[in-house]
Amino acid sequence: MKHQDDFVLSVEGLSKTIGKREIVHDITFQVKAGEIFGFLGPNGAGKTTTIRMLVGLIRPTKGKIIIDGYDLQQDFLQAIRHVGCIVENPELYPYLTGRENLEHFARMVKGISQERIDEVIELVELKERIDDTVKTYSLGMRQRLGIAQALLGKPKLLILDEPTNGLDPAGIRELRTFIRQLATQEGISVFISSHILHEVQLLCDRVAIIHQGKILQTNSVTQLVDQERKVEWIIHPVEKGVQILKQISYVSQVEIIDQARILTHMPPEKIAEVNHQMIDKNIDVTGIKQYKQTLEDIFLKMTEGNQVG
Amino acid sequence: MVSLVYNEFFKIIRKKRMLVVTLILLILIPIFTYAQYQAVDSAMKQLGTSDWRAILQQQIIDQQNRLSSSRIAPEWKEYIRLNIKQQQYYLDHDINPTTPGSPTFMRKFIEQATELFIPLLVVVLAADLVSSEHAGGTIKLLLTRPVPRWKILLSKYLSLLLSISLLLLITAILSYLISGIIFGYRGWDMPVLTGFQMENEHLLTENVHMVPQWKYILMAYGLAWFSAIAVGTITFMVSVLVRGTAASMGAMLAAVVAGTLLSQVAPNWHELKYIAFINLNLTDYLAGNPILVEGMNLPFSLTVLAVWSLVSLIIAFVSFTRRDILA
Repeated sequence: MKHQDDFVLSVEGLSKTIGKREIVHDITFQVKAGEIFGFLGPNGAGKTTTIRMLVGLIRPTKGKIIIDGYDLQQDFLQAIRHVGCIVENPELYPYLTGRENLEHFARMVKGISQERIDEVIELVELKERIDDTVKTYSLGMRQRLGIAQALLGKPKLLILDEPTNGLDPAGIRELRTFIRQLATQEGISVFISSHILHEVQLLCDRVAIIHQGKILQTNSVTQLVDQERKVEWIIHPVEKGVQILKQISYVSQVEIIDQARILTHMPPEKIAEVNHQMIDKNIDVTGIKQYKQTLEDIFLKMTEGNQVG
Repeated sequence: MVSLVYNEFFKIIRKKRMLVVTLILLILIPIFTYAQYQAVDSAMKQLGTSDWRAILQQQIIDQQNRLSSSRIAPEWKEYIRLNIKQQQYYLDHDINPTTPGSPTFMRKFIEQATELFIPLLVVVLAADLVSSEHAGGTIKLLLTRPVPRWKILLSKYLSLLLSISLLLLITAILSYLISGIIFGYRGWDMPVLTGFQMENEHLLTENVHMVPQWKYILMAYGLAWFSAIAVGTITFMVSVLVRGTAASMGAMLAAVVAGTLLSQVAPNWHELKYIAFINLNLTDYLAGNPILVEGMNLPFSLTVLAVWSLVSLIIAFVSFTRRDILA
């Protein structure tokens, strides 16, 4: 039974309880075709548990996972057919060569030809070392072999769990370029989890932020970053200015820095409007500064006050 | 399914498990061959004759002397009495039980090996079959293919059956070839006695008959194969339940060794006979070796092993197909 919609991956009300602890609580999100979707959260937020449920390693306590229109619980074989994944480290058989590893996993899926194996080897640029045993590989090479393995079945959805773990900066940049290329050229949707936020900011179209097993927000990165900016006002008199700013609904977190400066969070397109109001009330505005937020700022703001223990 | 079994068998070979086991055999069989040669040789020297009848006669006398010693426990006395009876039977029917020749060695080797040696090698083969996938993290790749979990486990089990069969084949071939260097390669048609039965600690000889040695060897290896499969299946279950290779191998080695020791330490503890590891020595029934624990016979042992294997398989499959892969 195939559900018809535009999403490659659709997760509804997913929960997992292990023992008495609810590790993932009622998660819902969708991944569109061809997009790179970031799954962000601190360590222990439930990222890995969620990913393991997405690939069928863990049975959800509640909820539904639809991959390419197939329910993962009911149509496991159909649903998983179009998924390539690396869960945590790229662990392959160290006593086999790179090529033997790929052939091993190719034999588990119908219709993967020798040409396809050569193709993915070419794609991840492992041609020279492919006939060496994996135990002689560097971490970066293992990572690439892991991706080659994930790409073998021409997946529509690539799931990568913390793919940059342990890579050096050059390796991270290389991986980023590679993932971009996969999404734009091959139309593969990529679901990528990370706790290193600036990495994902540069890569993802949309992100979901998960904290203590719950999704706090799902949005496009540009919207998340641009929906609010930090705006610094240099005005006189400060007290009166604060009163006015506090009355405006879309201005939040009004904070007096010193005698003349106030820091606010607000949408950037409303700056002129606020400026008008200030002038109307006879407040001297001598400076307005905009700061672009990073995902880190947003993330910290969202998870603030939620810290229990 | 064929390609899945190919995968699993390929991994067993590439992990060099089969090679290790073959090497162990290559070292041990020559030692056993030499030991056998020494035993025959020294017995001949002692008697000053190469007449096997005289040797057998001497062995009977030795054992009768032991019997008269009051220091021997009653159950051992019975054992010795039965042994004497058996040797007397060989003598009366003009049958040389130790005729050297590599088929005889093959037979003797498997008779000795079924109890402990073959099970240990099987444990080495089977212990990390599933647990190593957990330890190496490759289980995550294996279970995220479009293949149902039961098929993956079945392919592993089939590849285990295949490698156990291969192990016994290698044992047979190596013991034949290596011992033949000293003993010669003749003796396939030599008659061997079988059909001994035990009842109330008496050796019943009414069903005893002679079969050509090759037939006997075939039966002995068949029974050894059966008990090896049982050990393999139980080990397989442990390998599914336990994550670490060291833990699964350790647990199974301990169980196999404990099984052989227990039957010797406490032959009066009758409930022991329901433990699989007590019933491994199936070739004892064939050879007519006295059984220490009361109430055990071939159908009984076969049933116990079959039940244990079946239960192990069910536990393994249920656990493997349902479990969450958390780490």
